[in-house]
Amino acid sequence: MTEQDILTGLAEIVQEITGIAADRVTPEQSFANDLDIDSLSMVEIATAAEDKFGVSIPDAAIDDLKTVSDAVSYIAKAGVPA
Amino acid sequence: MRVAQPRLLGLGQHRPPRLVTNDDLTATLDTDDRWIRDRTGIAARRIAADDAGVVSMATDASAKALADAGVDPTDVDLVVVATCTMPTAIPGAAAQVATGVGATRAGAFDVNAACAGFCYGLSVAADAVRSGTARHVVVVGAEKLSDWVDWSDRRSAILFGDGAGAAVVGPAADGQASGIGPVVWGSDGARANLIDVPVGGKLRLDGPAVFRWATTSLADVARAACTAAGIEPSDLAAFVPHQANMRIVEVVARRLGATQAVVADDITDTGNTSAASVPLALGRLREEGRVAKGDRALLLAFGAGLTWAGQVVDVC
Repeated sequence: MTEQDILTGLAEIVQEITGIAADRVTPEQSFANDLDIDSLSMVEIATAAEDKFGVSIPDAAIDDLKTVSDAVSYIAKAGVPA
Repeated sequence: MRVAQPRLLGLGQHRPPRLVTNDDLTATLDTDDRWIRDRTGIAARRIAADDAGVVSMATDASAKALADAGVDPTDVDLVVVATCTMPTAIPGAAAQVATGVGATRAGAFDVNAACAGFCYGLSVAADAVRSGTARHVVVVGAEKLSDWVDWSDRRSAILFGDGAGAAVVGPAADGQASGIGPVVWGSDGARANLIDVPVGGKLRLDGPAVFRWATTSLADVARAACTAAGIEPSDLAAFVPHQANMRIVEVVARRLGATQAVVADDITDTGNTSAASVPLALGRLREEGRVAKGDRALLLAFGAGLTWAGQVVDVC
């Protein structure tokens, strides 16, 4: 799975949970500042991403996922099979 | 004593008169109304007066439930108080509540399963009626959380309120089915630290961790309670989960798929009242005409311990 695939999948999750259009979910966007996503929605997004990508994203890690790009990199490194 | 099928016979609520709005809290906390509403669904909460306590609130709610049921207090065999906010370890609340309502023949004990306590107590009451141990049982969830909240901690102070909600459980009419379904419960002591009160301290809550647990685990418990009652989630007329946080309620309701059910939202001006929240929310739905006698409602409570319990009931 490429980082582009992860981005596409993550954008679908964000749209489903927050209603934000998937095409607004681009790498440089900040979850909190640009997309106005709060900490509880981030937990929901993380748990949905865990299911979708088969990775673990503990609460402590969520705090470090400031941008969409941070999340894509984290999921890629956490072991999505290529 | 005769064996009988248990049903809910009456409900009662005690809501302290003093309403504390989000704006009232922002006078002393670095937060604002919009922030609190967005993250919790709470606009206001009820806070008990200094001279009111778990016992007085529970007694008032119980007396109202007995009147609603048309059951004479001297016919009550057992009083169960679900609470985790008594000011001292002993005496418990239940004996004083029994005496307060005039239940002169009743046994009495408290149950501490934190926010899940009412559903545990309801299960015990149903089994007592079913087995013949008791004919009429008062189950009341009552909390004075305001004594245990750190009012300088904006993560927890915004959430909690005080109150009491009671139910009378008694025998169904001859030939009538049980109106209290099998309980589905569980616990996880490995996560005892997510919600606790340290010795000599105030309530602490790991909000994100509780949110994650609740939103990923509880829909399965809710479905299991429906299955145990022999119904589908789509058969429910009401879903009455513990009013922990409206964001949790919304996620669990969506995942449960109770498509026809009204979802309790008492938290909006009541706050999280721990063991009192489920009976308060159920009573309010009935009071507002959003549920009616005979409707099937799923009760689901969860909280510190961790503990959880749920069952399907017929509204009285």
